[in-house]
Amino acid sequence: MLKNLPVPTPLTAPYWEGCRAGELRIQYCQVCERHQFYPRSVCAECLGSVDWVAASGKGEVVSYTVVRLAVSEAYAEEVPYVVALIRLAEGPQLMSQVDCEIEQIATGRSVEVYFDVWSDEVTIPKFRLVS
Amino acid sequence: MSTLRGAVAIVGAADTVVGKVPQMGPTELWIDAALGALADAGIDKNEIDGLVTCDSMAEPYMYHAEAMAEYLQIFPDYCMGIGAGGGTAFAILHHAASAIATGMCKTVLISMADSLRTGLTRAQAQVMQSSTGHKQFEQPYGLPVPAYYALIARAHMDAYGTTAEQMAAVAVSCRAHATLNPAAQMRDPITVADVLESRPIADPLNLLDCSLVSDGGAAIVLTAAERADDFPHPPVYLLGAGEGHGHEHISQARSLTTSAAVESGRAAFAMAGLGPADIDVAGLYDCFTPVVLIELEDLGFCAKGEGGAFVEGGNITLGGALPVNTHGGLLSHCHPGNPGSMFHLTEVVSQLRGAAGARQVPDARFGLVHAQGGIMSSHCTLVLGTER
Repeated sequence: MLKNLPVPTPLTAPYWEGCRAGELRIQYCQVCERHQFYPRSVCAECLGSVDWVAASGKGEVVSYTVVRLAVSEAYAEEVPYVVALIRLAEGPQLMSQVDCEIEQIATGRSVEVYFDVWSDEVTIPKFRLVS
Repeated sequence: MSTLRGAVAIVGAADTVVGKVPQMGPTELWIDAALGALADAGIDKNEIDGLVTCDSMAEPYMYHAEAMAEYLQIFPDYCMGIGAGGGTAFAILHHAASAIATGMCKTVLISMADSLRTGLTRAQAQVMQSSTGHKQFEQPYGLPVPAYYALIARAHMDAYGTTAEQMAAVAVSCRAHATLNPAAQMRDPITVADVLESRPIADPLNLLDCSLVSDGGAAIVLTAAERADDFPHPPVYLLGAGEGHGHEHISQARSLTTSAAVESGRAAFAMAGLGPADIDVAGLYDCFTPVVLIELEDLGFCAKGEGGAFVEGGNITLGGALPVNTHGGLLSHCHPGNPGSMFHLTEVVSQLRGAAGARQVPDARFGLVHAQGGIMSSHCTLVLGTER
């Protein structure tokens, strides 16, 4: 049983290539001066074009849970693990795991991205607490 | 035609047995529910000229509604399958009412059933769990379905000081109602302590904060209000309907603690010309306990952030200001997936007919049902009444 592996599309390939290169890439609309995530073919506000940019990788925990019942056998060894919604410094919100002691996770904590290499093809962005 | 208010009525309703029902598959449950509703309405299958269904997960069809029509050899003018997760049942009814009001058909059978308890293979069950969330940007992080809702629960606790005990009170209330319902899957009374001490699933949610996994089905017959007096049971009129759609993925939600139930509720009440204080009994989608708190707030039954205190004060239990899920809800009656909210509807129909027996809310005239699908994604609210 494999983990839920992301399968990049032509649209999302720059994101996953960025992860392999150690860079969290999100999209930016020059007209709206606004970042967006997840990747889309257009800016969801003005429907114009977007560019890929490197995000700072810094953000804040908006909400979190400690998963104690794994979604499948592939995740069973990692229980308990922290999943969080993270507001990036650039504005967009994303979901990720936070690698920390269970007692330390809290809403409002500052976090920073790191990259977890699952295979030659798949590298996943996760976060760590920063003080 | 500017409003659906009073245009249609529910004239037939039926549930199958629920819980663990290995002797029937999803199709047989669907047929059983459908025939039950036809019998309750006292009509022949040939009087059905509109058919609406949702697909089964355990026994999916390419075109489910066509398959069910074929199975029963009925040949409707209006026939469709709809999928909107937990909100499916009421979204279906909203659209079926429109079909009647615009003359597409006269009498619609809405039937839904699935066998999530005994009908899924292990592989199907794991795929179902794993397929919630965004394929590339959520699923890799390994969330079982309750974990998505746990993110909402935590946000509500952080924003409003809601406690685990207050969420547990929702489960306790639903179970108290289920003790009065011989059809319910879980009928042993539970306490707040039982919920807090049940197996942790995804903090802050424990096992008893989570709804059941069940087999079962339910159906209703809907027809034009002018015809509604010609049936054996008192008609239950649709007075208001509204939908709200906020997001698909929880990581993209406009707010974790305020849902599109605000929009769906506002539209339904406006159409009905009624407000929260008029409602005598409610069926609120209760896939996980915190969802009910947010629905109570967003539909206007209490102020934002006060859902916990409202529930803890006993308001949603029989005898309280707004009895909610008097059949036991998804938490204690049954939850067969997409059909789950149908049972909230058939229960409120029973209440408005005055036929709910030991669970009857005295003099119930106005009922409200609300369901949401996805992760607080698609919302539909219906207001029902005993008079047009």
